[in-house]
Parts: sequence; structure tokens; C-alpha cells
Amino acid sequence: MTTPTGSSGAVPASSTAVPVGEPIADPVGQGAGADTHHGPSDGYYIRIAVALAVITAVEVAWSYLPWDDWGDSSLLVLAEVGGLIAMMVVKFVIVASNFMHLKFDDKILTRVFYAGLTLAIGVYIAALLTFELFSGEAPGFL
Amino acid sequence: MTDLVDPHAVNAPGDPVLAPDPMHGSSHITSTGISNEKLAMWIFLGSECLLFGGLISTFLLYKEKSAGGPELHDLFDIAFTSISSFVLLMSSLTMVLAVSAIQRGDHRALRSWLLVTALLGSVFISGQVYEFKEFLNEDLGFTTSPASSAFYALTGFHGAHVTIGIIMLMSTLILSLRGRITQQKAEAVEIVGLYWHFVDVVWILVFTIVYLIK
Repeated sequence: MTTPTGSSGAVPASSTAVPVGEPIADPVGQGAGADTHHGPSDGYYIRIAVALAVITAVEVAWSYLPWDDWGDSSLLVLAEVGGLIAMMVVKFVIVASNFMHLKFDDKILTRVFYAGLTLAIGVYIAALLTFELFSGEAPGFL
Repeated sequence: MTDLVDPHAVNAPGDPVLAPDPMHGSSHITSTGISNEKLAMWIFLGSECLLFGGLISTFLLYKEKSAGGPELHDLFDIAFTSISSFVLLMSSLTMVLAVSAIQRGDHRALRSWLLVTALLGSVFISGQVYEFKEFLNEDLGFTTSPASSAFYALTGFHGAHVTIGIIMLMSTLILSLRGRITQQKAEAVEIVGLYWHFVDVVWILVFTIVYLIK
């Protein structure tokens, strides 16, 4: 049963949203004996966990590399720290996207979470710049 | 909350959308189609980013201020902490398997995975207590230096979050044993899982920033 409706006031996109004009097939949503299973299989999650374990192992091995013996150029420091931060970010995104279901859920949840995260990163980078952390100078009050 | 809706009803433009209610197994109307409980947890987690962001920033500012006390990186046992991190990472897998189990209606698997997740969390906390005890034996107390204060505050707050997560997991397990967690209430387990995964992602940051980057 489809009834033509106006074009304004669209319902926000959602995995649980009922498209405009479509009948509400299950009036109690995921209740009343409905199969609530959605998302990937257990095998998928196990593969994700293996990938995370491998990245963690590489991360630890990376930190054990004899960086100091190879010199003290800024390029080496960038490779050491940059590599660790890159792997950290990859692990973070993998867990948030897959285990926390951001990849499969409504996009508004992704926006809410990453908005908080972006705000935190912005605020604290500003604070660290205020204390001249990146200049190598000690904070003045210490 | 709302009563049941006419199954022949048609969703009109701008109409609110039914979302599953994790605690009661029915549905309530929200403008997003997401249950209020789940959205609230995500907003809470977003705000938690600010808390941990502050603690991590403080650590970055003070990590070299040992004030004559022991240097943090001289005391760290990276191999030990790596194993702890691996344990916490795997607890995220067991948590997501618990959510998957209840969504299938497999209560036995749900209880098993919840118990395993809580045990893995307990192993992580035990490791942290052991680490703190070792540091105290090396005369690195909370007030020894700005670096030690920042370190204990950051890792201690994280440990407190893991402990709260273990309590939430055990409470969910008890509710399940009493038959209060049904397949229709799977989202309640998912919300507990979101909190648990969050403490895991925070540790991913802490492990790299505090322990691995010198």
C-alpha cells in the first residue's frame, strides 16, 4: 500500500526508519518476536579481531626497532611516531566502525561520536599549543 | 512511549519513526528512529572523549617532568602491557559475540560471552593493579612528580571505567539468568557493549600515546 505524499519534511535516513509512503510493516519495530539479528556474522568479527591483533603486534614490534641507533634525524622521529599514531588511528576506526557498529548503524550516531571526538582533539590541541608543547619548551609555571 | 500503532498505517513526511525500546522490548516514537537509550549512550561516549582528551593532554604536558623521581619509560614493561592490551582487545571481540548471540536469541551463548568478557576485563584490571604495585615499589607514587600524577590519573580513570564496565556486564548476566534479557531487548546488551568497546578504544589511544611513544 503506497500513498503519494508531499515532498517536504522527509524522515531522516535511518536503518530503522520507514520510508515516506511505505506501510509500517512491523508496528512494534524489533519487538514481538521479530528477528532482531542484523549486521555481520561471527566469522566477520573474528576476522576483524585477528586484524586488530596483527596491527597491535606490528605496533609493538615498531616500538622495539632500534630507532636511536639509526640516527636522530627528524625524518626518523616522524617515521617512528607517525607510524605508531597511524596504526593507533587505524585500530580506533576499525573498532568504532565494526565492533561499535557505526558502519552499520544510522549515520547520525557516527556524527554524534566523531563530533565529540573532533571537538576534544581541537580543544586539546589548542590547549597544548598554548602551553607550547610542540615547541619543546617547558610550560612556564614548572 | 506510545501504544501500538495500526499495522496498516502509512508513514507520512515528517512523521516520527518507531525505535526499539531496549528495556521493554516494545517500541517508542523518536524523530530519528534510534532509541533514546542508544542515542543517549552515544552522546555520553562523545562527551567522554573530552574527559579522556583532557587526561591525555595533561599527560603529554607533564610526562617528562619527573622532578627527580623515576622516569616513567624506565619503569614500563612493554611486553607485559602489550599482553594486557591484547586481552582487552579480545574482550571487545567476545562482547560483540555476546551482542550477536542475543540478536539470534541464543541465550546460552550470550551468558557465556558476557562471562568471558567480564573475566578478560578482570584480567586487564589485575594487570593494572600489579603494574601500579610494581611502580609503587620503585618509589613512583601519585604525588612523586607531575609525570606520575598525570600517569596515575589517566590510567586510573581508565581502570575505573573498565571496572564499571565489568559491573555492567555482570549485571546484564544476572538479568539474563533471571530471564529479563529477551531477544527483543537485545539493544540493552548492545548499549552495554558500546560502553565496553569505548573503554577498549580509549585504551588503544592510551597504550600508544603513554607506553609506546617515548
